[in-house]
Amino acid sequence: MRFAESFRVALDALRVNRLRSVLTMFGVVVGVAAVVVLVAIGTGARDLVRSEIEGLGSNIVFVAPGEFTLGSAPTISRMTLDDVTYLGRVTGDEDAIAVALNSGETVRAGRAETFAGIVGANQNLRNVFDRPLRRGRYLSEADVETRRRVVVLGSDVARRLFGDADPVGRQISVAGGTRFRVVGVLAEVGQTFGQTRDGEVHVPVTTAQRMFGVDRVDYLAIRAPTKDAVPRLQAEVVDALERKYRGERFSAITQTQLLGTIGTVLGALTGVLAAIAAISLLVGGVGVSNIMLVGVRERTREIGLRKALGARQRDVLAQFLMEAVLLTTLGGTAGIALGTGAALAIAELSPVPAAVTWWSPALAFAVSAAVGVFFGVVPARRAGRLDPVIALRAE
Amino acid sequence: MSTPALEAVDVTRTYRMEGVDVTALHGVSLRIDEGEFVAILGPSGSGKSTLMHLLGCLDRPTTGVLRIGGRDVAGLSDAALAELRNARVGFVFQSFHLLARTSARDNVALPLVYRGASRKERHRRAADALAAVGLAHRLAHRPGQLSGGEQQRVAIARALVGDPGVVLADEPTGNLDTRTGHDVMDLLERLNRDRGVAIVLVTHEPDIAERARRRVHLRDGRMESDERDDPPERGER
Repeated sequence: MRFAESFRVALDALRVNRLRSVLTMFGVVVGVAAVVVLVAIGTGARDLVRSEIEGLGSNIVFVAPGEFTLGSAPTISRMTLDDVTYLGRVTGDEDAIAVALNSGETVRAGRAETFAGIVGANQNLRNVFDRPLRRGRYLSEADVETRRRVVVLGSDVARRLFGDADPVGRQISVAGGTRFRVVGVLAEVGQTFGQTRDGEVHVPVTTAQRMFGVDRVDYLAIRAPTKDAVPRLQAEVVDALERKYRGERFSAITQTQLLGTIGTVLGALTGVLAAIAAISLLVGGVGVSNIMLVGVRERTREIGLRKALGARQRDVLAQFLMEAVLLTTLGGTAGIALGTGAALAIAELSPVPAAVTWWSPALAFAVSAAVGVFFGVVPARRAGRLDPVIALRAE
Repeated sequence: MSTPALEAVDVTRTYRMEGVDVTALHGVSLRIDEGEFVAILGPSGSGKSTLMHLLGCLDRPTTGVLRIGGRDVAGLSDAALAELRNARVGFVFQSFHLLARTSARDNVALPLVYRGASRKERHRRAADALAAVGLAHRLAHRPGQLSGGEQQRVAIARALVGDPGVVLADEPTGNLDTRTGHDVMDLLERLNRDRGVAIVLVTHEPDIAERARRRVHLRDGRMESDERDDPPERGER
């Protein structure tokens, strides 16, 4: 039997039991749509993280205590401001080393208040991370050395506290008391990891340490002069720190490595999500198998007749396999349309990132065809092997 | 003498039912020549359906030799048997066995589908076959829109469309009233005469069997008698 003929016969058979076919397809539609949506969200999340990490600036090495693994509990840092000088001697460029001590506090100006990420920074942070200023100046070496209570506002914080007015020279209070004088405002940069970096306020790291009663810094960020200098810089820095703090481990990672690690994690997460969605596809496939078995039973006489008229086992098998594949690919196509639509809607209407790639619908289609073959083969073989004598007598 | 259209030599057929062997045919030998018109008679359980299935290549003998158009079916694969069936045998059933949602033309064309004939050729030959049974005007009708006699004529057209040497008709008049039954018999007689196609008819109605030129009686899986009308008539055609 020719391909076109089995296609026509299969389409006919589906059309006769229209409601049943649609209901059977529904399982596949849902499964495929779920896979497409979840893969889109996973891909979207990865794209987002990638663009954000790339936005951090280039050739930056982050130095933090402990082994770097995503999801491990943060290690309390024993690094202090002295390590800038110490590492400056190792790397030869102290000005390329930034420190940060992070916290979150409420900040107030008059009656306006907002929550801000407090970054205790040294004067190098702006250059290391390439943060342009909109107004005033950044923190200076003198600010850090003399623990001045001066602050540089992120653009969001500036807007929330002062509206359109120029905040330079005005006062804000941090954490319910300590008063700071605004010396500058950072230019807008956007989000990283879903947090807006425009919601930060930068204060001298020494001032922050006194305010929080600590003498540590959370991490160092070192800008390498060139890309090629990065690996050596990483090795030197870790080596120097581990020599200084005996028995402790440090990691120095680049944004590329961070990207790789997060990418791996998100990739695995996408895989897990897709696998969970694939379970519903599996259930849909079982439904197809079931309905095909019913169809074979109902059409036993027809199968007997076709065999009597010269249909070979494989002609009958092909006919039923075609029917199963047609069911799942029609369902799969509807599922792709639904899933793509849902993913685009999610990307448009919600903060959840979702990116539809060209390969995920193609893969979903191939998978639904494979589901048809896989779940159609048992009923189709049963049909093909029917004894014509017995099949012709069936009621 | 020409090659027989069908030949069974000492054929037995044993079924295994719930662990017990049941023999439906005990060593039946039967030779059917081209252009013959044979009725197979017998009470139910006599083995006539089993013999019919064997002659139609739907089944294989347990022992004995079965030749279709001179070709021994032993050792043929299922697929080869299906091809043989398609080429050599046409079936007519008591309950017509037409596909309900399919037009008369497409029902008739069905055997040609398994020959890989083009759509155009299938349509042409199906139209010719329908014209031969007097239903040229019913091409697009579905079985439900046709009378019982017309449905059986569609089925006969389907049996003929592939130009088989033999048409096997299993109680072809069993679901029809007497008058329509005889119309169908007229048609089979005419096709036998005009086209030279051998007709093997299974029936338990004596007046239908009377219309055949040869009657084979089966009882308890054995051939009881084999009578022919007017031996000189053979070969007259």
